[in-house]
Amino acid sequence: MKLSEVKKILNADVIVGEEHLDLEVKTAFGADLMSDVLAFAKAGSLLLTGLTNSQVIRTANILDIAAIILVRGKKPSTETINLAKEFKIPLLTTKYILFETAGRLYAKGIVGCLEKVENNSVLD
Amino acid sequence: MNLETIVKEFGLEVRCAPENLKNNVTGGYTGDLLSDVIANSREGYIWITRQVHQNIVAVASLKEHAGIILINSCEPSRETLEKASQEKIPIMVSSLSAFELTGKIYNLLGKKD
Amino acid sequence: MKITVCSTENSLYQDSFDIEGGNFNKAGIVSTRIKSILKQMGLPADVVRKCAIVSYESEINVVSYAKKGVINLTVNPETVLIEVVDEGPGIPNIDLAMQQGYSTADQKIREMGFGAGMGLCNIKNYSDIFHISSEVGKGAHLLMTINIKQ
Repeated sequence: MKLSEVKKILNADVIVGEEHLDLEVKTAFGADLMSDVLAFAKAGSLLLTGLTNSQVIRTANILDIAAIILVRGKKPSTETINLAKEFKIPLLTTKYILFETAGRLYAKGIVGCLEKVENNSVLD
Repeated sequence: MNLETIVKEFGLEVRCAPENLKNNVTGGYTGDLLSDVIANSREGYIWITRQVHQNIVAVASLKEHAGIILINSCEPSRETLEKASQEKIPIMVSSLSAFELTGKIYNLLGKKD
Repeated sequence: MKITVCSTENSLYQDSFDIEGGNFNKAGIVSTRIKSILKQMGLPADVVRKCAIVSYESEINVVSYAKKGVINLTVNPETVLIEVVDEGPGIPNIDLAMQQGYSTADQKIREMGFGAGMGLCNIKNYSDIFHISSEVGKGAHLLMTINIKQ
């Protein structure tokens, strides 16, 4: 699906990357913990998150994330926006909560960028 | 829809408070920032998170969530389990990612409502 | 336990990068540099990815807990070595620190999306060889090896 369709499904506003809405995305990862993203998210996926600080952009850049969707209508700082521009990572914002955002995208055929984690227990 | 339907549908592993699987699920909230969950989730929601710390029980109890589902096969800490058992908050574990599980539960809730 | 990076006469690249403790605005700059260096050297994408994640989590740790630190990057024909040395409080109980979910992070770190007790696990999981040591009151020392050829 094109990023422009993701935008439509989520009634999202494009903050950075209006020129990249033709980008194709198939998978997504949703999380508010960047270490969780670093552990599991795959290159080329959408990142759905409620965090808005600049580390979100840095994490996305480290992992070659295709685009970032900020949920719950959160507004990023100028610093975050500038960094997204610098790294050319599309940054969108939707008013929907993560549950609704993931649900809508999943219903339209976007799948998780990983299916299962079999063993992730606390080393105790 | 009650919690038990969701547990059966997606093969969730129940870690505590099985006596409360009849809890009615009115919606869902996916997220790992406790302050956001407190601010935006509602009574009767199923909370999907990868946080395993005992603070999740306090949040779920405060907001009267139907239960908590830990994703990516994350296991609750011992303190979390003890507290959740006391507070009678069901904690379940899924091997799916937050995105996948949320998508599936969203669709299920949509169909039955 | 003191580990030193073995001499690298045949190393392809070697550089050191300083990290400022406590400065979250700059956290991630060094790992972004490292990523682009390794990419430019033409290393396989999965190796670049592992090195970038390992460097980034390490950098976040230094910024979060130490006064200052340094990342030494060495690229050998068959391995990438990432060594992180910091000056700070050190780690009193390494076994505990390595447990997933264990964290001493404050609110500020958590607001950045870190401090959930996953960082060291990520570093370990993405490294082919992982060493960690610490002297309380002085700092921590991490040495990660990532194999270029599997």
